[in-house]
Amino acid sequence: MKRFAVLSALLLFSSIAQAQDAPSAPVKRDVSPANTEDVRMKALEEQVRALAGDIALLRSELKELRETKSPEQPSSPQVLLASAHPEPGMVPSSPAPAPAQVAQTQTYGGATSNAKLLNPDISLIGDFIGTAGRNTVSPSRSLELHESEVGLQAIIDPYARADAFLSFGETGVNVEEGYITFTSLPAGLLLKVGKMRAEFGKVNTTHNHALPFIDRPLVTNSLVGGEDGIDDAGISLSRFLPAPKNWFFQGTAQVYRGDSGDLFTASRRQDASVVGHLRIYRDLGESTNLDLGASYARGHNTAGIGTTFDPSSFLTNLYAADATLRWKPLRRAIYHSFLFRTELFWSARDQLSPLAIFQTQHVFGLYSHAEYRLNRRWTLGGRFDRSGRATNAALTDTGFSGILTYWPSEFSQIRGQYRYGHLWDVPTDRFTNANEFLFQFLFVMGAHGAHPF
Amino acid sequence: MRHSILRTRFTTFFAALCWLGATCAGPASAGSKLNIMTATTDLAALAQEIGGDKVDVESVARGYQDPHFVEAKPSFLLKLRHADLLIVVGLELEIGWLPPLISQSTNPKIQVGAPGYFDASRFAKILEIPTGVVTRAEGDVHPLGNPHYWLDPENGLRIAKGIQDKLSEMRPNDSAYFAQRYESFVQRLKQADQKWLAAMKPYAGRKVVTYHRSWPNFAQHFDLDVVGYVEPRPGIPPSPQHTVQLIGLMKRDGVKVVLVEPYFDLKTPNAIGRDTGAKVVVLMPSVGGEKEITDYFKLFDYDIAKLQQAFDAAK
Repeated sequence: MKRFAVLSALLLFSSIAQAQDAPSAPVKRDVSPANTEDVRMKALEEQVRALAGDIALLRSELKELRETKSPEQPSSPQVLLASAHPEPGMVPSSPAPAPAQVAQTQTYGGATSNAKLLNPDISLIGDFIGTAGRNTVSPSRSLELHESEVGLQAIIDPYARADAFLSFGETGVNVEEGYITFTSLPAGLLLKVGKMRAEFGKVNTTHNHALPFIDRPLVTNSLVGGEDGIDDAGISLSRFLPAPKNWFFQGTAQVYRGDSGDLFTASRRQDASVVGHLRIYRDLGESTNLDLGASYARGHNTAGIGTTFDPSSFLTNLYAADATLRWKPLRRAIYHSFLFRTELFWSARDQLSPLAIFQTQHVFGLYSHAEYRLNRRWTLGGRFDRSGRATNAALTDTGFSGILTYWPSEFSQIRGQYRYGHLWDVPTDRFTNANEFLFQFLFVMGAHGAHPF
Repeated sequence: MRHSILRTRFTTFFAALCWLGATCAGPASAGSKLNIMTATTDLAALAQEIGGDKVDVESVARGYQDPHFVEAKPSFLLKLRHADLLIVVGLELEIGWLPPLISQSTNPKIQVGAPGYFDASRFAKILEIPTGVVTRAEGDVHPLGNPHYWLDPENGLRIAKGIQDKLSEMRPNDSAYFAQRYESFVQRLKQADQKWLAAMKPYAGRKVVTYHRSWPNFAQHFDLDVVGYVEPRPGIPPSPQHTVQLIGLMKRDGVKVVLVEPYFDLKTPNAIGRDTGAKVVVLMPSVGGEKEITDYFKLFDYDIAKLQQAFDAAK
């Protein structure tokens, strides 16, 4: 209503202004490109003087108009530089005739409105991985196009945007994520609905191509559902929480159907899983920041299926804590940066012991990762892994990796990783050493939206 | 039994969240001042010129930072969530960091297309809009045109006019104030521009090389001829082969000045300078690039003084 009144005022305003502008208008339009600079400057000075007079008049009229508040048809918002040959100072402060406006929008800003049409941003990220060396416990293929991730991202309407990521693997297609985000909710709430990677720690939310290593940490594979992690259909609600000055607190609560690979399995409709996450962030300076998180997840597991026990009694509770320290000097942001991250995971899984006694297996795992950007093209990183197996805390795998990444441009990436593992081999019932060299080629086509920080 | 406990926990969880939502709706909008966030410092400077003491303005990026590569830190969310108006450069300059900040800000006012979302490129004269087939073989091209358009005082005026209209729309009661601030800005900028043009006149048509394609609008306004770039393609780091070619071109054309943005490494430009005898100048593309560049006027004051020095030294 208020806006309507403003627009009506503007419209009235414009008709009056045009009438008053009439004497000075020819001065403006008669300026031909052939005229000398002096003549033009004089014309401009003349016009500025005239306009200054107009403004004084218009102000008083605007005041009157506000008092009367006469309703009128709303006009379209006036745009700048109505003149067809805009020059500084030739900007009339009163709105100009419609045809000139059309010319203006075509000259300035036409590309913005026309170039994208209504297509979503479409991207494809190819992820090619090769592996050499020895690993008898979890061998991977020598060469594979591990994943081709198609991303479709668009603003849906004034209230929401949507993101879909379809992952084409060697064996089939998987909707890795597909969700709508409601961005305009009251009370600072952010609602996401669809299939998504759960807000459980850091690495669980990260797509394969955005990882700082080729594989996922051992602990992800052992305790948090493997490569896909907790990735399920559900509803996520988050909001900023009250925090001391310069601190950022964010809470997220999520409910999922309860099916995430072999981690959670819903055998009944009410076997939903829940995820909660608290994020605490603070800038320690312009270049350095600290990012902390605590996560909780709970869902049903498969341990009770096929036994005499009630399958719904078998739950897995997961707890996680993450800490990230980042350093990136703003003046040299594209050349140097440092990141240290560690994530700790605790799993409490209900299962049956070999003697068929109900028990809860408590397992701990972690990874720590550091990387340093040497220059615009090279990054050096390292990772330490340690994790028990979800079903048997006594079997603890250990590993470390050295990672070197090269970026020919922002849109392609070549990475090599040496990986050592001290892994429990179930068939031979003893630990074995794995020594492997992995390499990866990543390429990005199209417009892939930025990932959350 | 167990699932009913689970269900109770869900309910408690969401009840707690809703309670938080209801009780901590954030501080009330700060009195009479409009809260403006901008993507870059130049837009902040222009918004400050027009808004005066009726607005609080802050920029996400710093003036000495590469505006293509800003980190979408959560600390910016704290500022964006209370913004009444977000002014962006547009033309996909901020595509790598701004969209997630906007969508996570939980601020309906500044969502794309909302009244508080203001794309300054809609008001500016845009150069280097690619025609024909656009591919990344040309590097990190901006399909909508060169986004460094604020480096032309005429575009400064156009954007300022756009901001004036927007502020007047948002605060009709202060529209006379904004109009008066705009008029004052126009007069001061026109005067300053005459001074700048006069200062640059002796160097009209001079050939320069720049690191990135940041200066087409500046070069056009001040009649400089950009004949080459240190980057082989936008966003691609310098290669030895390209550098050799560039040195050859500079020697042939007698190019005596290399302009570098403050966020690029000086190693290659300095090597080029040593080989060709050209002067390497760190020119500021944005307000706040140096401490003394506190507003839009001082940005051009600084850059033009630096250019004059460089051209004089290169004689």
